[in-house]
Amino acid sequence: MPGDPLFSQRFSIQGKDFLNAGKASSRIKGILRDIGIQPSVIRRVTIACYEAEMNVVLYARQGTIELRVTPQDIRIRVEDEGAGIPDLELAMQEGYSTASDDIREMGFGAGMGLPNIKKNADELTIDSIVGTGTTLEMLVRL
Amino acid sequence: MEEYFHSVQIVSQRCVGRMACMKACPTEAIRVRRGKAEILEDRCIDCGECARACAHNAIVPRTSSFVDFSRFKYTVALLSPVIYGQFRKDVLPRTVISAVRRIGFDDACDLARASEAVSIAIDEYLAGYRGPLPLLSPFCPTIVRLIQARYPNLIDLLIPLDSPMEIAAREVRQTKMKELGLRQDEIGVIYLTPCPAKMVAIKYPPRKRGSHLDGAIGISDIYHPLLSAVSDLNNDPPEGEKPVTGMGLGWPLLGGQVWSLRAESGLAVGGLGDVERILDEIEEGKLGDIQYVECHACAQGCSCGSLTVGDPYVTRSAILNLVARFGSQPCQDPEKVRQLYRSGYFSLPGKIPSRPFPPLDQDIAKAIEKRKRIQETYETLPQINCGACGAPTCLSFAEDVVLERAAFEDCPVLTAREAREQRV
Repeated sequence: MPGDPLFSQRFSIQGKDFLNAGKASSRIKGILRDIGIQPSVIRRVTIACYEAEMNVVLYARQGTIELRVTPQDIRIRVEDEGAGIPDLELAMQEGYSTASDDIREMGFGAGMGLPNIKKNADELTIDSIVGTGTTLEMLVRL
Repeated sequence: MEEYFHSVQIVSQRCVGRMACMKACPTEAIRVRRGKAEILEDRCIDCGECARACAHNAIVPRTSSFVDFSRFKYTVALLSPVIYGQFRKDVLPRTVISAVRRIGFDDACDLARASEAVSIAIDEYLAGYRGPLPLLSPFCPTIVRLIQARYPNLIDLLIPLDSPMEIAAREVRQTKMKELGLRQDEIGVIYLTPCPAKMVAIKYPPRKRGSHLDGAIGISDIYHPLLSAVSDLNNDPPEGEKPVTGMGLGWPLLGGQVWSLRAESGLAVGGLGDVERILDEIEEGKLGDIQYVECHACAQGCSCGSLTVGDPYVTRSAILNLVARFGSQPCQDPEKVRQLYRSGYFSLPGKIPSRPFPPLDQDIAKAIEKRKRIQETYETLPQINCGACGAPTCLSFAEDVVLERAAFEDCPVLTAREAREQRV
């Protein structure tokens, strides 16, 4: 809708940076709280956003998260430069994971990331080019 | 909108505007305007960090004073076991109890026994509970307020059981009514509290039912007379006092609740920053393998309450010594407590309402617009969070500007920069 207010902000994420992993999602949560978004919606966005952020940290070299909030919906677009997802259908299945042993040892890579995003988002699109990167866009309606 | 009663208030005449309180406030609820600190009432969660930070005694707890209790024929002081850790190691709990009587209360008892009973009740509750985990302890009033404000999704995880303070107050009042033939309102039950937040829990309990207490006095407020009485008595320890025992002695310390439970998977977290991190994880569904989470606003639990006198670590060590000496066995028959639990003795009816911090605007479109302007304003600020404008961070200043609580020119860094540029 033209003329509708829009809040947008970009956050960059570094691959393998476990020290700061999750901070972008945390800041997004803070922004949504400031605006006064319903707590149950914030929860869904935060869970989905955290999973997407962790995917970048775990599997990509680097990436960005862009948050867009309008009176109708919240959109999160996560773009990364990394290995990409060879078989998207497989990756959407619960429990399927390509995580290495060391990632699993840290408690990640249980194969719940993408299914969890799908569960919490109202719409989800994923484009991935193997060897180049992945773009994930999710929408949660208000 | 209902008004807030807060645990502390600012005495403006004493405030010299040094901003220690503003920087200490974990919810950015303090601003300094025209040299004086002000509390944004709807953002305050009663933690008392501001009062602790103020070197000028300008932020005072809204606890009770002795004169408030002159209307009672008989007064009973309830002691947090934290008070035992405020004296030299050779001072016995029963000496402290006698000293409390000597300074003007008709009787005194501590919360160890009631805490132990509540532990047993929590175990029973956990055993019968089938909902989402973890459950949260509801005993730190600041944490409850934090959850009401920022984690309304978690309100239903707060265990609906009454606090040791309330249980003990109800019991002691009934006992004294029978024993002395007094009416309910002739007996004053007063908590000797390590922190000002308890006063909020007494005056405005979150579940909106009456409290069994008539007020709370800060430990620091009575410390001086108490210390003299303790010194007098300590050379000649009183006989005939009931020994202080029970697994509830360590309750106010960080980890004390978890330690006293049978539940296998508990977690104790103290300090608002760490508590928020754990609550974030719970909200994201990550800690479902834990049964009970004990949360304290203060890093070490109630031993660092802002109305205590002793060093929190020394206090902790002293109480742990007491626990080792007197607290390893229950001081009451657990089966009797379980019977009471089944009769609903510990249960709290009613729902805790959410009380979110006010959004930027009630209208979502306007709120988004304002958040956008806040971000734009923030981008033009120095982003060094110096606080000289009277707001704790550049982001909170940007918010103040957009909400018209401050003017852009209030940023002294930018104003100085402009003045310099004009000179060149």
